[in-house]
Amino acid sequence: MSTQEQEATQNLTLVQSVRDALATEMELDDDVLVMGEDVGKNGGVFRATEGLFDEFGGDRVIDTPLAESGIIGTAVGMAAMGLKPVPEIQFSGFAYPGFDQIVSHMARLRTRSRSRYTLPMVLRMPYGGGIRAPEHHSESKEAFYAHEAGLKVVMPSTPYDTKGLLISAIRDPDPVVFMEPKLIYRAFRGEVPEGDYEVPIGEATTRREGSDVSVFTYGAMTRPSLEAAEELAEEGIDAEVVDLRTVSPLDRESIVESFKKTGRACVVHEAPKTGGLAGEITATLQEEALLYQEAPVKRVTGYDVPYPLYAMEDYYMPNAARVADGIKEAVEF
Amino acid sequence: MSTLERDPRDGMVQVLDEEGGVVGDVPDLSDEELVAMYRHMKLARHFDERAVSLQRQGRMGTYPPLSGQEGAQVASAMALAEDDWLVPSYREHGAAMVRGLALKETLLYWMGDERGSLIPEDTNVFTPAVPIASQIPHATGMAWADKLKNDGDTDTAFICYFGDGATSEGDFHEGLNFAGVFDTPTVFFCNNNQWAISVPRERQTASETLAQKAVAYGFEGIQIDGMDPLAVYKATTEALEKAKNPAEGELRPTLIEAVQYRFGAHTTADDPSVYREDDEVEEWKRKDPIPRLEKFLRNQGILDDERVAEVEESVREEVADAIDAAESTVRPDPSTMFDHVFAEQTPEIRRQAEEFARLREEYGDEAFLEE
Repeated sequence: MSTQEQEATQNLTLVQSVRDALATEMELDDDVLVMGEDVGKNGGVFRATEGLFDEFGGDRVIDTPLAESGIIGTAVGMAAMGLKPVPEIQFSGFAYPGFDQIVSHMARLRTRSRSRYTLPMVLRMPYGGGIRAPEHHSESKEAFYAHEAGLKVVMPSTPYDTKGLLISAIRDPDPVVFMEPKLIYRAFRGEVPEGDYEVPIGEATTRREGSDVSVFTYGAMTRPSLEAAEELAEEGIDAEVVDLRTVSPLDRESIVESFKKTGRACVVHEAPKTGGLAGEITATLQEEALLYQEAPVKRVTGYDVPYPLYAMEDYYMPNAARVADGIKEAVEF
Repeated sequence: MSTLERDPRDGMVQVLDEEGGVVGDVPDLSDEELVAMYRHMKLARHFDERAVSLQRQGRMGTYPPLSGQEGAQVASAMALAEDDWLVPSYREHGAAMVRGLALKETLLYWMGDERGSLIPEDTNVFTPAVPIASQIPHATGMAWADKLKNDGDTDTAFICYFGDGATSEGDFHEGLNFAGVFDTPTVFFCNNNQWAISVPRERQTASETLAQKAVAYGFEGIQIDGMDPLAVYKATTEALEKAKNPAEGELRPTLIEAVQYRFGAHTTADDPSVYREDDEVEEWKRKDPIPRLEKFLRNQGILDDERVAEVEESVREEVADAIDAAESTVRPDPSTMFDHVFAEQTPEIRRQAEEFARLREEYGDEAFLEE
């Protein structure tokens, strides 16, 4: 490829890629606007909207009153009238005052109006633990939203995917809950193209090819899963790591395909085990690939306890050691 | 002085007293408009009576009656200009009908047919919301969007309806608070019908009036007699006008508390005799908006016995035709339940739709339908 053909890229952190996606899409589409608490002049508490206020002004980068239901509920009204609001909830653990608006209205307006209205809105929220945050700042409750028909739930793990998925989410005619892994907001950088591109919603990607066992994961847990896979490679276990990227709709086809190849699976997420996505993935494998199954599906997840204060969180969250243990259990059965 | 400038605790604005006598400035309405108002109210009342009866006969599902609230619904909806929007709760069939929503659609919705949820594109009525107060932030957002699209200047207003119980919800506060902060062209119309199912207005708030809550959001609130259609029309007209053309230094939104009464049950699944006295109902029936307007119109020489009989006859026909049309509508195609979740079906929804089609093919619809 010649230099001219090569697309210009930037080396961005994951949170910078969020900002880049917002700026890119706001530049292209006047209907896109950002709203939430501290997203304006302050640029967001995680700096996800930094500089957008100066670039696009206060009518498109809107500091709202501190009110989750108000933020989501007014965004529903805006979206119904044809704008494309991207409301931010500062931490996913604070989304619950707006939960009624998410599940009763954001998810249902298309159905409730027989498609007269759709809500081309994206509800962004940083999720997950590991950053030594106070109580209620570290939960991983994607299963709530994945359980609700009418919502798409996206959870990226790389800067490249984050930008492409967020652009896809903004362009999607239907509402998307976009959960950002704040643990890795600044953990590393990655090549991110300038300009716009899409990463399709609903498609998993294989981060590491392997033949012995399939590891299904997403978001912040993708990195410890890859780390565990590399460690085990030295012990002769060849693990495939599949990053789901979207937890609803699930890419069942890719999940089943990988499992048929390996016959063994370990599902990794930091959300609690009961009612979590790992159960859904396990059931899918039962339904679609029972006869390929060589071992029980292992779930490596957060525990069924309220997320602990941070002195204990390292024990709560799955890490590479726990993932490696889970993979071995699936392989050595 | 504009009606809206009154103190929200100064008591209700009235144009007609309970006997239909004039006690305030009569709004500027032509004879035809006044008769149309009367006819709409009679239509809403008759529709309501028939709907409750259909439910009792097992021909319709649970239904929320509106009798007693016709004055508030019809007169406020008549105040809207063509481009204005109506954001209803689940009890505003009377108001929606004034805005052109066919009675048949309302019947279909309460008969459990999803097609009744499709409000035609040219009807500026938003889909009714069932969770209490949740439509209030929507109305604010819709009005806000309209203002943003018009660079801060809009000539479209959005009226949002809710009950007295809704004022206890967080969404009431959040919706009105956003409306004040972002100065949206929204009129918040509280149908204070005294009861949130069985809980009285006194148990919703210790405030003297609901209207005064507007003070906290920085805009005007006004208490009106919600069973006086002319007072409703007057106040709503002023509020809509202010939403579109506020005076210098004036905020666009208004909270209207229309004091009224629901004569019937909260829904057909509710028995109000458990929680309220017959005397109370009788007392409020003396304030009934329909005879009140009728007396006024007769005094003005606009209505006579013959004209009233004509209206009653045409209203009965219209409702009967709507019921016939709704009941003769063939059952909805159940496979359409998979069609309106996303713009494009996801692979899993497609699989579920296929399985559903197979089951119907294999066992026939009879296997699914209760006798």
